[in-house]
Amino acid sequence: MPIQYRSEVVSSRRAGQYHVLTLTAGSITETTKPGHFLGVAIGGDESGLLLRRAFSIHGVQERGVFGGTVDIVVAAHGAGTRWLVGRHRADPLDIIGPLGRPFSLPRDPVSCALVGGGYGSAPLFMLAEHLRARGCRVDMVLGAGTEEKLFGVLEAKRMASTVTITTDDGTLGEAGRVTDALGRVMDQHDTDVVYACGPMGMLAAVAGIASERGVYSQCAVEESMACGVGVCMTCVLPVIGDDGLTRMVRSCVEGPVFRGDRVRWAEVGTIPPDTLGAPDLDGGSR
Amino acid sequence: MTRAVVRPAEALAPQVHDEVDMSTHLAGLDLPSPVLTASGCAAAGRELDQFFDLTRIGAVVTKSIMPEPRSGRATPRMAETPSGMLNSIGLQGPGIASFIERDLAWLHQRGARAVVSIAGDTVDDYARLAKILRMQEGISAIEVNISCPNVEDRGKVFACDAGSSSAVIQAVRRNTDSRVPILAKLSPDVTDITTIALACVRAGADGLSVINTLLGMVIDTDRLRPALAGVTGGLSGPAIRPVAVRCVWQIRQVMPEVPILGMGGIRTGLDALQFVLAGANAVSVGTMVFNDPSAPLRVHHELQTALAERGFTRLIDAISYAHGYLDREHPASDPVEDDVEAATEEP
Ligand SMILES: Cc1cc2nc3c(=O)[nH]c(=O)nc-3n(C[C@H](O)[C@H](O)[C@H](O)COP(=O)(O)OP(=O)(O)OC[C@H]3O[C@@H](n4cnc5c(N)ncnc54)[C@H](O)[C@@H]3O)c2cc1C
Ligand SMILES: Cc1cc2nc3c(=O)[nH]c(=O)nc-3n(C[C@H](O)[C@H](O)[C@H](O)COP(=O)(O)O)c2cc1C
Ligand code: FES
Repeated sequence: MPIQYRSEVVSSRRAGQYHVLTLTAGSITETTKPGHFLGVAIGGDESGLLLRRAFSIHGVQERGVFGGTVDIVVAAHGAGTRWLVGRHRADPLDIIGPLGRPFSLPRDPVSCALVGGGYGSAPLFMLAEHLRARGCRVDMVLGAGTEEKLFGVLEAKRMASTVTITTDDGTLGEAGRVTDALGRVMDQHDTDVVYACGPMGMLAAVAGIASERGVYSQCAVEESMACGVGVCMTCVLPVIGDDGLTRMVRSCVEGPVFRGDRVRWAEVGTIPPDTLGAPDLDGGSR
Repeated sequence: MTRAVVRPAEALAPQVHDEVDMSTHLAGLDLPSPVLTASGCAAAGRELDQFFDLTRIGAVVTKSIMPEPRSGRATPRMAETPSGMLNSIGLQGPGIASFIERDLAWLHQRGARAVVSIAGDTVDDYARLAKILRMQEGISAIEVNISCPNVEDRGKVFACDAGSSSAVIQAVRRNTDSRVPILAKLSPDVTDITTIALACVRAGADGLSVINTLLGMVIDTDRLRPALAGVTGGLSGPAIRPVAVRCVWQIRQVMPEVPILGMGGIRTGLDALQFVLAGANAVSVGTMVFNDPSAPLRVHHELQTALAERGFTRLIDAISYAHGYLDREHPASDPVEDDVEAATEEP
């Protein structure tokens, strides 16, 4: 159950092109699971930027000098994230969390491949910890455009049985994309489940590679969100339900984690014609 | 579902002013609070109940519902704008049958007052919805969203035409229990909002919801194309507040008695007070819920404090109060006029 919390910045430190912010989070930490995200209000009570920004929860510390704290990894992108990376220790921040539906964990000690693109690796370390605690094997594949945009390489090496790095420009690891390496990693380690977080294009490709091998995948998507709590219907994408019907589903409450084989990746950004309630072919757009 | 107890709205108000009577009347409805949610900004209440007690606000105004399930428009459906946002959701929803079974039933069981917003493509859609809702218990009011394209009139928005607006309101009125008030929700995108307001009242609307979003557009300068998949969208949030206050004011000038549910960019209690002073009997908080999910209850408390600080002991005494400003500042020489304008008394 999400809680709105008047948080304070405990610390902000650089990590490559990103900032890792540690925030007081009170009891938010008690219910946070890997894959949950935070909604962070931008610019204070009078701000003209009204919409909260979503950030995957990177880590939680349940007890410490500051009580419970959470970490988020922020890439400065537009006005909101630029404001956020400019926050300092003791600055107030209004946060809501934990939001969304987290990754689901396997019951048995299976072999898992965790794939992160750019800051998309942020939620994977907490996930790796939980998987390891269940006796699962964890192999990580991290990729980014360039070395500076990789997040958590050292942390990955501490946690995973193997770590494969790719960069588009070859500045670290193999030159290429995570999806170039994923098939090989899966074959080498008999992967049973793939977990992924990153840009939509990467997720689509990862889900495809997993499906080709008959492997179950869980993908955390990143859709533009206005409310983050399920009331506005901006964050939808076409997802096939248990009944085989495609619906426009809210990624903030029914996601951000979806089964890779259930998202109609190629049609994200459209209303597939067989979606429940899709416009009549003669009716045009409504 | 249990509720978060962290940061209760009371904690934000410097002082609780329970002595101010916040109850109001809206088109025959008695509400314990003048603050409601806004259609499309609260779904059917369930999600917001995690952040504040829904039974403590005036009512939940549910997302406009249509006869059949509707997928809505393609994404991107929103763009942030200065102190506001554009949305083009396209009325995504489960259809009236599922709404009644799941959402209305939940609101009823939760004990929250429900104002059901309806929308259609044709006059007949609205009539059908009203007929179906007639069988339902526990609906406080029906809000008629007429800011929809009329497919029988080449997509012209009902609310932009006095004739189409009347036709919809008449159809809903004829098919609704006379004890259930209906509110016509007006669009500000018209030459003279009072003309449409009058037409709706003559057609049988018991009250007016003022205002819906303003049509707007954002162009993505990286992709060199409209930012929204739907090209245009509805502008909401504090950016539109002055337009909304003006609309409430103009309607109140023309119709001194008509019940008005005011909305458009309400962020704080003082914003709500502007609407009340301009003539709103109650207000809806919409877009600001995305920023602060407990905004409706917070605004209630802030409004209560603001009223107390201005010497009001009842919210209803503040309704339309600003319209008396000339008489208060320049008392008329004719004593008869003073008697007529009872509002010259200080609160
Ligand atoms: C579930 C989820 C998890 C995320 N996790 C992280 C994370 O761990 N680290 C990180 O740096 N970023 C993350 N993002 C992306 C982050 O939310 C956006 O980068 C941020 O909202 C951009 O805000 P801005 O003001 O800088 O950009 P602007 O472009 O100015 O934002 C304008 C509006 O568009 C929305 N928006 C713009 N880009 C995105 C985007 N990529 N995704 C969603 N909304 C967007 C914003 O929320 C805002 O409402 C996540 C997004 C989602 C949905
Ligand atoms: C995302 C979103 C969805 C909306 N959906 C509806 C709707 O379904 N029916 C309706 O009558 N108004 C709808 N509105 C308009 C609001 O109810 C309200 O009239 C308007 O946004 C102005 O108030 P605000 O500035 O407080 O949001 C919607 C607004 C937003 C932002
Ligand atoms: S962001 Fe509002 S419903 Fe998902």
